[in-house]
Amino acid sequence: MRTRENLFLALLALPAMVVFAAFWLLPMARLVSVGASGPRGPAAYLAIVTDANYFASLVSTVTLSIGVTFSTLVVAGIAGMFLQRNDFPGRAVLVSLLTFPLAFPGVVIGFMVIMLAGRQGLIGSVTDALFGSKLVFAYSIAGLFAGYLYFSIPRVILTVMAAVEKLDRALEEAARSLGATPWQVLRDVVLPGLRPALISAGAICFATSMGAFGTAFTLATNINVLPITIYTEFTNYANFSIAAALSLVLGVITWAALAVARTLAGSTVAAAA
Amino acid sequence: MSAKGRPEREFRPLGGSEVREPAGPPQGQTPECEARTSSVKPRAWGDHNDAASVRLAHCAKTFPDGTRALLPLDLEIQAGETVVFLGPSGCGKTTLLRIIAGLAQPDAGGRVFFGDDDVTARPIERRNVGMVFQSYALFPNMTVAENIAYGLRVRGIRADERRQQSARLLDMMRLAGLGDRRVDQLSGGQRQRVALARALAVRPRVLLLDEPLTALDAKLRESLRVGIDRLLRSLGITAVYVTHDQAEAMALGDRVAVMSHGRVEQIGAPQDIYYRPASAFVADFIGTMNRVSGERDGPSLRFPGGTLRLPDHAVAADHAMFRPQDARIVEPGAGALTGRVAAAFFLGSMTRVVVDLPGEQTIVVDTVERRSFVNGDAIGVDIDPDALVILES
Ligand SMILES: Nc1ncnc2c1ncn2[C@@H]1O[C@H](COP(=O)(O)OP(=O)(O)OP(=O)(O)O)[C@@H](O)[C@H]1O
Ligand SMILES: [Mg+2]
Repeated sequence: MRTRENLFLALLALPAMVVFAAFWLLPMARLVSVGASGPRGPAAYLAIVTDANYFASLVSTVTLSIGVTFSTLVVAGIAGMFLQRNDFPGRAVLVSLLTFPLAFPGVVIGFMVIMLAGRQGLIGSVTDALFGSKLVFAYSIAGLFAGYLYFSIPRVILTVMAAVEKLDRALEEAARSLGATPWQVLRDVVLPGLRPALISAGAICFATSMGAFGTAFTLATNINVLPITIYTEFTNYANFSIAAALSLVLGVITWAALAVARTLAGSTVAAAA
Repeated sequence: MSAKGRPEREFRPLGGSEVREPAGPPQGQTPECEARTSSVKPRAWGDHNDAASVRLAHCAKTFPDGTRALLPLDLEIQAGETVVFLGPSGCGKTTLLRIIAGLAQPDAGGRVFFGDDDVTARPIERRNVGMVFQSYALFPNMTVAENIAYGLRVRGIRADERRQQSARLLDMMRLAGLGDRRVDQLSGGQRQRVALARALAVRPRVLLLDEPLTALDAKLRESLRVGIDRLLRSLGITAVYVTHDQAEAMALGDRVAVMSHGRVEQIGAPQDIYYRPASAFVADFIGTMNRVSGERDGPSLRFPGGTLRLPDHAVAADHAMFRPQDARIVEPGAGALTGRVAAAFFLGSMTRVVVDLPGEQTIVVDTVERRSFVNGDAIGVDIDPDALVILES
């Protein structure tokens, strides 16, 4: 009787196990072995720090992602706080418009950046009219930054708004009754209250920026960020082992950032309970 | 019990379950906090020389949705006085407290004064009030000591002095040793005391308490009530206390203001409110009040089983009210009222007898007599004429 039940449960788990093995374990194992099978051998994994080119790619990807994360948190934090705390006509419409970019794939975001800051872009024509020279930054890392900011902000605004709604207003009133200025209330009460939400939203934002490909690919194939480097190694040079090694490093860094964020956010949540 | 007649302002530790004493502490008793900080000159927490009177002039509050939470109110609270606002849920107590605090603005024309200062336009952070919230609103990201010292921190007081002050308050509130705890590691009663300590740390001109004991169980509520009473008395601070618990209001207030539907129905000493209610609402809301109506016959009320002589000021009243303890049980026919025992509850210190009167009226009488009552027995009830409450309609 019991064995039959166990058998039944095992049968139920089977599809999940098959999927996990087929799409996670096997490719991952293959990736690890491919990474170590090139002319460099397992040293391919070290190439990311020893090879100046790859290392620069890593540094610019991480720097870009950190920059995007912090800028997003600042912009979306302020906007989310404002939108949640103030009621004005058209607020609901504005909030739903703000979440619109969530529906776009990276390619479309890249396209929009080009229309904004490309050679025929809006910013270019305005600066041309004003100063006689076109400001074009769509095809550089600055364009990438603008694109990533554009699709990160809506996500974070929504998270922040949900978190602001759950803040206990009495805490802010208590701080004010004790003489705290608005800035002190923000620093001592509001931000600590939003901390778990900001950390987890920031982590997601960082992970997305690390791995985003579509936008970078649309803007230019020669922007030196890791996903593009992996792509070119793989398609242009058929350098499978380096592509595999870089992919793993990219994955591990992103995964580690998420794990750290989860611990940090978790411990604050426990402290706030 | 006027504010001016208060005992010497001196510190007594909060808490404990002693019965409230009207007088100050016995001579020679050294408060704990002073004993512990003997190296520095003890600055008693009672030095609230800057306690301010509070005056509300024509303060009303209408919310944007049209709710009239508070009808125009004029009221003065003396410096050092404790006034308790008592009323059922939704009667506007919190709204009134928030107007005094500066968390809400009165409708146009209303003014709030602390002493001679018109503070109407001043936000809460510049009113120097201490506020205790019903939920306590302790900062979860700070320790107990940091919570207590927060008001000092935002005032730019040095860290070592902050530590000293919060240690003193921890002692005073019987929280010594809990300074490094997180707020979620405290019991409900301890949180309540931390909230009070935090509000007092800034030496507020006015202390505002919004149902500070409602979240606690009955037993704890009673012992903390004693503690708060002591504290308010020893500090001589101006305090506005909001509650829907009449026992709390009676015990704590120099004056009690009974509120209903955004209006103060009556304000006065607890005894006034209890013995001389000014409206039917107050009479019904505070304690148990019997109401009997009969036929007016000259200076008396006539009932099927007897007559009741009314006081001279009762001009046209056809009813009288009295408290259960102001009636005596007598032989049938010997008192003003005659009826039958409907139920009797032995409560230990007394027996509460429910009496059915002819004409579908029911009254409640408390007696300390050691006798037993049998349901259906005929019984007489006599009432102390001085204790009659008459409300001319
Ligand atoms: N922001 C608001 N907007 C509209 N109406 C409000 C608002 N705040 C309170 N009210 C209404 O004003 C009235 C008084 O509210 P208030 O909070 O002062 O009552 P309370 O006496 O403190 O009640 P409780 O004992 O339940 O705390 C209530 O009818 C309430 O619904
Ligand atoms: Mg209230």
